[in-house]
Amino acid sequence: MMSDVVEMARLMQGNEAVVEGALAAGVRFYAGYPITPSTEIAELMAERLPALGGKFIQMEDEIASMAAVIGASLAGVKALTATSGPGFSLKQENIGFAAMAEIPCVIVNVQRWGPSTGIPTAPAQGDVMQARWGTHGDHPVIVLCPASVREAYLLAIRAVNLSEKYRVPVILLMDEVIGHMRERVVLPRAKEVEVIERKKPSVEPKDYYPYRPGDDGVPPMASFGEGYRYHVTGLVHDEKGNPTTDPQVAESLLLRLHRKIYDHLDDVVSVEGYQLEDAEVTVVAYGAAARSAKRAVKEARAAGIKAGLLRPVTIWPFPEKEVAELAGRVRHIIVAEMNLGQLKGEVERAVRGRVGVSGVNRVNGELITFEEILSAIREVALDAQSG
Amino acid sequence: MANVSAAPKTVHIVVREGWCKGCGICVALCPKEVLSLNASGKVAVVNPDRCTGCGRCEIHCPDFAIGIEVKE
Amino acid sequence: MLSQVESHLRSDRFPHIWCPGCGNGIVLAALVRAIEELGYDPDKTVVVSGIGCSSRAAGYLDFNTLHTTHGRALAFATGIKLARPELEVFVLMGDGDATAIGGNHFIHAARRNIDLTAIIFNNSIYGMTGGQYSPLTPPGKRATTAPYGNIERSFDIAELAKGAGATYVARATTYHATMLEKLIVAGARNKGFSVIEAITACPVGYGRRNKMGNGLQMLLWQKEHAVTVKQAEKMSPEELRDKIVIGELYKGEAPEYTAMYQQVIERAQKTTGQ
Repeated sequence: MMSDVVEMARLMQGNEAVVEGALAAGVRFYAGYPITPSTEIAELMAERLPALGGKFIQMEDEIASMAAVIGASLAGVKALTATSGPGFSLKQENIGFAAMAEIPCVIVNVQRWGPSTGIPTAPAQGDVMQARWGTHGDHPVIVLCPASVREAYLLAIRAVNLSEKYRVPVILLMDEVIGHMRERVVLPRAKEVEVIERKKPSVEPKDYYPYRPGDDGVPPMASFGEGYRYHVTGLVHDEKGNPTTDPQVAESLLLRLHRKIYDHLDDVVSVEGYQLEDAEVTVVAYGAAARSAKRAVKEARAAGIKAGLLRPVTIWPFPEKEVAELAGRVRHIIVAEMNLGQLKGEVERAVRGRVGVSGVNRVNGELITFEEILSAIREVALDAQSG
Repeated sequence: MANVSAAPKTVHIVVREGWCKGCGICVALCPKEVLSLNASGKVAVVNPDRCTGCGRCEIHCPDFAIGIEVKE
Repeated sequence: MLSQVESHLRSDRFPHIWCPGCGNGIVLAALVRAIEELGYDPDKTVVVSGIGCSSRAAGYLDFNTLHTTHGRALAFATGIKLARPELEVFVLMGDGDATAIGGNHFIHAARRNIDLTAIIFNNSIYGMTGGQYSPLTPPGKRATTAPYGNIERSFDIAELAKGAGATYVARATTYHATMLEKLIVAGARNKGFSVIEAITACPVGYGRRNKMGNGLQMLLWQKEHAVTVKQAEKMSPEELRDKIVIGELYKGEAPEYTAMYQQVIERAQKTTGQ
C-alpha cells in the first residue's frame, strides 16, 4: 500500500523530492510542458498524481500550463507547475494574473544557464531578479531557494502552504545542481507534515465579498462550484471582484497585495546561519552555491579564520533585517552566486555601506567551487590583518 | 416566445430606458411599428396595442433594454 | 423572457460597456437563454473569457465567472474542467483572442476534445484597441493597421476547429439570434469540444471604416449574406463566395478528454494497488 508520502530513508533526486513534497502538501493538479532540467518533475507527477486521484496534463506550452494551474486552483484543487529558463519567461504573464487575482499556486523554476536557450543542462542562478520582477507591474511574490534534496522536499511543502495561506503565487527557485543531485534523505512521516489549507468564506453567498480581506490582509477564497458565484479578473477590481479604474481602489488593492506579504515577514522569511556567532567574514549564498560556501567556511575555520555563512532560504522578500543585522558585527560580506551579482545588490542595499561587500561570481555553467570562495575569504582576512 | 397563437393573450412590453443606447435595432426590426426612439434617443413604446409579442425586439436588443412578457 | 434572462445577469453592472449597436449583447443574451434552456445549476456553471470587448461579457453574468488573460481563456478553462469535470464550462472569446494570440490553445483544446463550449464572438476586428485587423478580417477590408486594405487571408474558424478535432462546430449571426441560442444549447450538450462562431457587428471599429453603416445596417447585412447549410448545399463555390453559411456545420464522435483521464486514474490506481 503506497501512502501519500514517502516515509523512509532513501536515495532521491532533487526534482523527485519536489514532487513528493508537493504531494505531501496536498497538490493534486499539475500542468506543465517538458523542459530541461525540470522535466523529471512532470514525468513523476504524470505517474504519481492519477494514482492519488489527482490530475496531470501536459499542455501545449508554458503559458497554457500556468493558465491551467490557475484554473484548477480556482476550482479548489491545489496546483503546481515546474519549468526552467525559457519556460519561466513564458509563464510570467499568468504569474502576474495569479498575483492580481490572488490565486494560490506554486511555480518551480529549475534554473539553467541563460539568457535564451543558453546551456540547458548547466546550472546557473541567473533568474533571481526574474523570479522577483519577471511579470509586469509592482506585484508581490514569495521565492524560496533550497540548497539540498531534503530541503527541496521541505520547501515544496512550505511553498504550497504559503501560497494557500497568503493567496499568492510562490516560486520554488531551484537550480540544475539541486534538481538533478541525488542524496540520501530521511523524510518526515505523513502525519508530521503541516499542511495549510486556504481560508474559506464563513458567510452566506449573498454576503460574500471575494476580495474583502480578513485582518491578515487575505480574503477568504471560495472555489468555483461551491455556491459562491463571483467574478475573477486581472483588471483592477473592487472587493466584489468587479472591474474598476477608480484610483483609490487601484491603490488600496496594490498596497494590500504587498501588505499581506510584508506584514508577515516573520512567517515568510527564513535564513540559515552557520558559524555566525563570532564571524568576522560572512559569506551570503543560496541554493547550490551555498553548499560550496559552507565548505569554504569550514575550511577557513580550520585555518583559523573566523568565517560564517548566512544562507537566505527565502530570497524574496529579501531577508533585509537579517542581513542588516550582520552589518553591525562582521568586517566584510562576500556574496557568492552563479550570476554577476543579482543578490549582491540587495545585500549592499541592506547594509547601507556600513560594511564592505564583494562578490564571488561564476557564469560559465559550472558549479561555483569552495576554493574560489575560500580564496576570497582568505583575501579579506589578510587585508584585515595588514589593515 | 415568438409563438403567435389565436388564443387571447396579453402582451406586456418592458423597457429599461437606462440600459438603452438608442441603436434603433428594435425599432427597425419590429414588424408592427410598435416602437420608436424618443426625444432623448431611447426606445419608447408608441403603439402598444399593435404588439403581437413576437419577441424580435428582445432577442435583437444588444442592451437588454426591452423585453416582452406574454400571458396566454 | 427578459425577466428570466435578467435573473442570470449582474444587473448592478448595467448598462454595459459596449458601444451602441454592438452585437456582443445579442450574443450574450442568446447565451443566457441557452443556459436557461439547458437548465444548468448556476452554481455549477462557469463562464471563462479572454481579453477584448467580447470577454467583458463574463462579468455581466451571475455564474462563476473568470476573465483571464489575452488568448488564454481555453487554457484556464481546461484547468477548471479537468480539476472539476462536474462543472459546466463555457468559454467566451473574440476572433483575435481565439485565433491569433490564442490560436495554439484553440487547436489543442479541439484536439483534446475536452468538454468545453467555446463561443467565438467574430466581429472581424480588434475592437477594444480601436480597430486593428485580426485573423478573421476578410482580405481587402480596412483596419487602422491595414489602412490600404488587409492583404492577409482570413481563417475559417469552423474549418480550423473541425480540422483540429472539435466534435461540434456551428455558426450563426446575431441577426439569427434564436438559431444562435439553439446552436449553443446543442454545443453544450455535446460531450466534447464544441465551437460556436457568432458573427457579430462592430459598427465603430469595423463597420464605419468599411462603409458598412451602423449596428442596424450591419445586422441587416448579416441577414442578406447568411445562407443555411441546406441552402449552401445547392450553391456553387462562386455563389457562396461572399456568403456566411449558418447552422450546424459539423458533428463528430471522439473520446472526451476528462472521461479518458478518469480511465487513467483507474488504471493508475489498479497498478499501484490503491
